Amino acid sequence: MDFGGLRAVNGVSVEMNNHEIIALIGPNGAGKTTFFNCVTGVYTPTRGDIHITPPGGTTVSIKGLKPNKITEKGLARTFQNIRLFSNMTVLENVMIGRHIRLKAGIFGAIFRDKGTREEEQRVIYDSYEILKRLGLARYVNDLARNLPYGAQRRLEIARALATEPFLLLLDEPAAGMNPQETKELEGLIKKIRDTENVSIFLIEHDMSLVMSLSERIYVMDYGRLIAEGTPAEVKNNPEVIKAYLGEEAIA
Amino acid sequence: MKRNEILKMAGIALWFVFLTFPIMVIKVRVTDQVIVWRWHNMFYIGFGTFFGGLLWRFALLRRKATRKGAASKVLGYVEKTGLPVLFRTVRTKITERRNRRFLYVALMVFVIVYPLVFSLYQTNIMTSALIYVVLALGLNIVIGLGGMLHLGYIAFYAVGAYTYGILYRSFGIGFWVALPIGAVLATLVGVLLALPVLRLRGDYLAIVTLGFAEIVRIVLNNSGSVTGGPQGIGGIPRPGFFGIEMRLAAATTYTYYIIVAAVLLTIFVVWRFENSRLGRALVAMGEDDIAAEAMGIDLTKTKVIAFALGSLWAGIGGVIFASRTTFINPGSFTIWQSVIVLSCVVLGGMGSIPGAIVGALGLILLPEYLRAFSDYRMLMFGAILVIMMVFRPGGLIQKKRKAYTFPTEEEALS
Amino acid sequence: MDTDYFLKLFFSGLTRGSIYALLALGYTMVYGIIKLINFAHGEIYMIGAFIALIMSGVFTIWGLPAPAILVLASLVALVYSSAYGYTVEKLAYKPLRRAPRLSVLIGAIGMSLFLQNYVLLAQTSNFLPFPQMLPEFPIPAALAGTVTSAQMIIFITTTVVMVILTVLIKFTRMGKSMRATSQDRTMATLVGINVNRVISWTFLIGSFTAALGGILISSFIGQINFYIGFVAGIKAFVAAVLGGIGSIPGAVLGSLVLGMAESYAAGYISSVYEDVFAFLILVLILIFKPSGLLGKPEVQKV
Repeated sequence: MDFGGLRAVNGVSVEMNNHEIIALIGPNGAGKTTFFNCVTGVYTPTRGDIHITPPGGTTVSIKGLKPNKITEKGLARTFQNIRLFSNMTVLENVMIGRHIRLKAGIFGAIFRDKGTREEEQRVIYDSYEILKRLGLARYVNDLARNLPYGAQRRLEIARALATEPFLLLLDEPAAGMNPQETKELEGLIKKIRDTENVSIFLIEHDMSLVMSLSERIYVMDYGRLIAEGTPAEVKNNPEVIKAYLGEEAIA
Repeated sequence: MKRNEILKMAGIALWFVFLTFPIMVIKVRVTDQVIVWRWHNMFYIGFGTFFGGLLWRFALLRRKATRKGAASKVLGYVEKTGLPVLFRTVRTKITERRNRRFLYVALMVFVIVYPLVFSLYQTNIMTSALIYVVLALGLNIVIGLGGMLHLGYIAFYAVGAYTYGILYRSFGIGFWVALPIGAVLATLVGVLLALPVLRLRGDYLAIVTLGFAEIVRIVLNNSGSVTGGPQGIGGIPRPGFFGIEMRLAAATTYTYYIIVAAVLLTIFVVWRFENSRLGRALVAMGEDDIAAEAMGIDLTKTKVIAFALGSLWAGIGGVIFASRTTFINPGSFTIWQSVIVLSCVVLGGMGSIPGAIVGALGLILLPEYLRAFSDYRMLMFGAILVIMMVFRPGGLIQKKRKAYTFPTEEEALS
Repeated sequence: MDTDYFLKLFFSGLTRGSIYALLALGYTMVYGIIKLINFAHGEIYMIGAFIALIMSGVFTIWGLPAPAILVLASLVALVYSSAYGYTVEKLAYKPLRRAPRLSVLIGAIGMSLFLQNYVLLAQTSNFLPFPQMLPEFPIPAALAGTVTSAQMIIFITTTVVMVILTVLIKFTRMGKSMRATSQDRTMATLVGINVNRVISWTFLIGSFTAALGGILISSFIGQINFYIGFVAGIKAFVAAVLGGIGSIPGAVLGSLVLGMAESYAAGYISSVYEDVFAFLILVLILIFKPSGLLGKPEVQKV
């Protein structure tokens, strides 16, 4: 992915299998978020391609698709700086997540025929269920911006889950969390992977979270992949250590 | 109030006297080479800004305090007595279920008997105000829900009005046929405008929509053969009742009931739309379009729907307007008209149906009843816009999202 | 090919472009610093013209000699306009500095509306004749038919102002502070720049050039009324966007391009739809190259 003269992402290739939890780490400026944005359609890669194979479906390329189309295909994301719909209620935020799985149009909105009414009921119910599963049920009618920080993060995940993705992409989910909140987040992500039938791809800086959560880790630096493997392998990889701590750490 | 602050305020008042001196005090009559010195204006400005400034300072402090949750002795005192208490009691009384029903019924009765009780002249004014209510509700969709600053709304109003005018002049088409045609045409033009502005944000969107309205007006002004140019089109008939033409009094009352029906229809549609899948998508897009897109919302489609739905009501309003005034020309569709509708939405409450209604009624009816101040109307609008943005950007009546009820755990289990 | 006509249009376009440039400067500088389109900017231009008119009327009646009237009236107008710009910022824009974009925009529109009607009510809605304040001087014979001395004055004045401004921005401490603030306001406060002062100065300078433009063009056209700020303001804004909003050379370039385009279009195609051209150009630019001719594309950070 090139920005003018700067090659932010240079030949990065990531493979994921069903139900895995994969992490992408690297020092600041390595190009992780750019890679993330390429996958989610915010940028179109200047070269290369992105293929996804939903469970039970055919392989398609998502390069060049707009973010909403990509979400339709089954990839959902959260944002590094929380981007909730602050002046909408918690329930409505999740209901927005259901948007692409619904059909009601202008006609249905105005005339509220039987089909639309049933669909609305289902949306309300399903969204509430998601809130319950993520422990947010008691905030249901509160405005999103009035939630405590940890709850806001969980709401973003709830909203993403509402789109029925097969791949959940989390952009620094532990940012701004203290160790206890991070531990809770870890449990939450594991639970989601187990119960929600999704694979998870995350960018993260919190090493303890990454190490205990991921099955495989990819490491980037200066736009390239410099290592790949299990947490144990990556932890001891000299290239990785050099990238984070500099030359002297090796010596 | 410390001595220091009073001195500072006096200094500010003096500054304003100085600032406004050439324009407020001096008036040059070139014809007889005489200068008129309006010294009295100096005093108005001086005292006005002094006391106004104190009020402004106070309001700013209150804004800062309520934001940070802090409290000061004076502010706390005012909060417990004074105006805020009045507003709060009114608000709680109104939102009580029982009272609300009663209020609606009373309102409906009032609306229906209005022309029978008040004079023809008053009915005409109310019709005018109600047309603005329809416009405000329509614009509310684009600005209040979708967060898109649309400054060219009046162009769709013009499309509706001129559709009727041109259809009548060229084909003798009457009101009831022209109404749906005008509405559809306005909607199409709305879609037409939505397309080039799809990728634009905030400031640019505003200017382009403004430009669009100006272009429409210039085109109308210069297409004499079709639109009658600056002279406009006259003799547009009022709505007929099953082909029967009515005398002025009856026709005015008839038009009044038509606009009431239109208002009710608009309220109904917008209310249904607000809490539907598409309505929520629009609000989400207005809140954060990047997040909305990431959640699967097709921004293009949503924007087009917002513009189309918004302009539909402007079209309807335009046709009714043409039939009421029986004469239209480009001068009724300037950008300032757009700004007036904008003020209604901003003042009343962005994204809130009762807000738009209150805003429109307030801003249109008050100048009518306070005829003495009508010259200052636009000046007040400008000031209102600024003041509302500083102190209450959501408008008088804030947008409220729908609350849903769910059975609690115990209820579900029992 | 009628060269005379062509040249006439050329100089006419240059004149327009110069005036737009003086206005566009204010837009682009303010936008660069606080990311606000100052709708009220056009009204400062109008107020400058009005005050010049009023003061020159007063001075004429007091019997001052012509050159003194020119200098004094202009000076008073320039000082006052800068004061107006400064006050508008402190009054309406400062409280809105942290407000969402929509609110600030609406506030700016409100301010514009207010100022227009303020002048309208305090003075008159009629068109007022503006005195010929620009001195006449002989034009070399070759150009005599195609350009007037007034146009030359406008063009030269604008160039001088541009040069001074560029020097100011590039070499003085205030100029550097302005550049820093427009790039990263938070950082600027952290390194000790008085951001409020910088913003005030930006408005002062922008208003100064706007008023200058107002005085010059009103002298040239010969009449003013309370509405002139609006149309000129929009066109100057288009020019600023065309050149790349936030970029001063861009504002100049965009203004010249727009001025020329309008002049030639009005001269060869149709003068009735003159105003429409500006909007068409705006729409085209925003669709195809929103960052303008000289601007840098703004990459949204997600």
